[in-house]
Amino acid sequence: MHIPDGFLDAKTALATAGLSAAGLGTALRQARLHMPRRSVPMMGLAAAFVFVAQMLNFPVAAGTSGHLVGAVLVAVLLGPAAAVIVISAVLIVQCLLFADGGLSALGANIFNMALAGSVSGYAVYAALRRVFPGPRGRLAAVAFASWCATVLAAVCCAGELAWSGTAPWAAVMPAMTGVHMLIGLGEAVITTMVVAALDRAGFADGQAGLSAGRGGLLVYGVLVALGLALFVRPFASPWPDGLEKTAAALGLGPR
Amino acid sequence: MSLLHGLLEHHCRVDSPVHRLAAGPKLAAGLCVVVAALVFPYAKVWLALTALLLLAAGLARLPWGFLTKRLLFLEPFVLGVAALSLLRPHGAAVFASLVAKSSVCLLAMILLSATTPFADILAALGRAGLPSLMVTVLALMHRYLFVLLDESERMSLARSSRTFSRGRARSWRSTADIAGGLFVRSSLRAERVYDAMCARGWR
Repeated sequence: MHIPDGFLDAKTALATAGLSAAGLGTALRQARLHMPRRSVPMMGLAAAFVFVAQMLNFPVAAGTSGHLVGAVLVAVLLGPAAAVIVISAVLIVQCLLFADGGLSALGANIFNMALAGSVSGYAVYAALRRVFPGPRGRLAAVAFASWCATVLAAVCCAGELAWSGTAPWAAVMPAMTGVHMLIGLGEAVITTMVVAALDRAGFADGQAGLSAGRGGLLVYGVLVALGLALFVRPFASPWPDGLEKTAAALGLGPR
Repeated sequence: MSLLHGLLEHHCRVDSPVHRLAAGPKLAAGLCVVVAALVFPYAKVWLALTALLLLAAGLARLPWGFLTKRLLFLEPFVLGVAALSLLRPHGAAVFASLVAKSSVCLLAMILLSATTPFADILAALGRAGLPSLMVTVLALMHRYLFVLLDESERMSLARSSRTFSRGRARSWRSTADIAGGLFVRSSLRAERVYDAMCARGWR
């Protein structure tokens, strides 16, 4: 899902860079104020771990293979602020060292995967945890959050490409979302299996003392909402939805 | 030794006028090339930039095989995203210009990463205002990337020498176990790294 250089126009590149800088800045500030100092090497090692884990392939079907993305995995294990920093670090190294993901699209990639993917995945996980306690509930929450994060990141990516005029929304949105609804299933299964393996090994979440920094969720939420309002809202349907249409047909609509 | 070791660092150790340029100006030049390729969407500009980049690659004495291999490795990602533009009217022209633009930028980034040690890029980013916490995380990540890569290769090798079944469910399970094991090892290593950093006076 890494957007290369050349696919985003200036306004999209600048808007996403601004949103990502604000999100990463918030996460770094929280880390400095609330996290223990021993969490600094942990975040560095976690970023290296995510990079390496993305290279572990598992067979899907007919000779194709998939790999872990790890955005929700890190968010569940280390907390949202650490996840924003870790996933951003992964994306920066992939861009500058491996030319994977464009320099001008770095802001967009950080927005899609570190902010929209990781943090919203964490929000879904945290909300579901309240409803489903216990170890099985945890695994179910991890699975659903991983799927949601993958799909939301794909929707943001499609919105940015469409807003840039690179591809028409009507084509890019179903293509990206459809593919990632399937990829998300793989991500959900593999993330859940990793969390289950860690639970069996006695690794509780936030074990590295990084669970601090949940307070920034509101800030990230506002940033993601702002991004969605920019890239995705222009493509919302101007036609009345089912309820509005029925209401109008029955004469119940607003006069 | 993994594929990545061979691909990356040893090209940074060559001595040439391009390698001797400071990382900061080189990073700025790379950014300028990318911006120029995006802001001026003309074939002439792209050809000029490509010529400039190839000249720099020649001066840096980068093996042409290495450059081609990196470009071919990364091009599928570009083609995959660009293919979406074929769905719009006059898609073919848009597709061609997207691929050309992206390839120029790719070449610039490959050249930058192949001629500049990552530590120098990080120092330049730090001077340019990237918060020091982020610089530290990036430096640690880069330092341990190759260590963990070797570790995961050892774990995969040990796994494949002990298991004989080829079922899909089994192989997903063992990939997940390797990833989990790798995370445990990474976090234990992080504890040791922290102790070592403190012992050396890190504050």
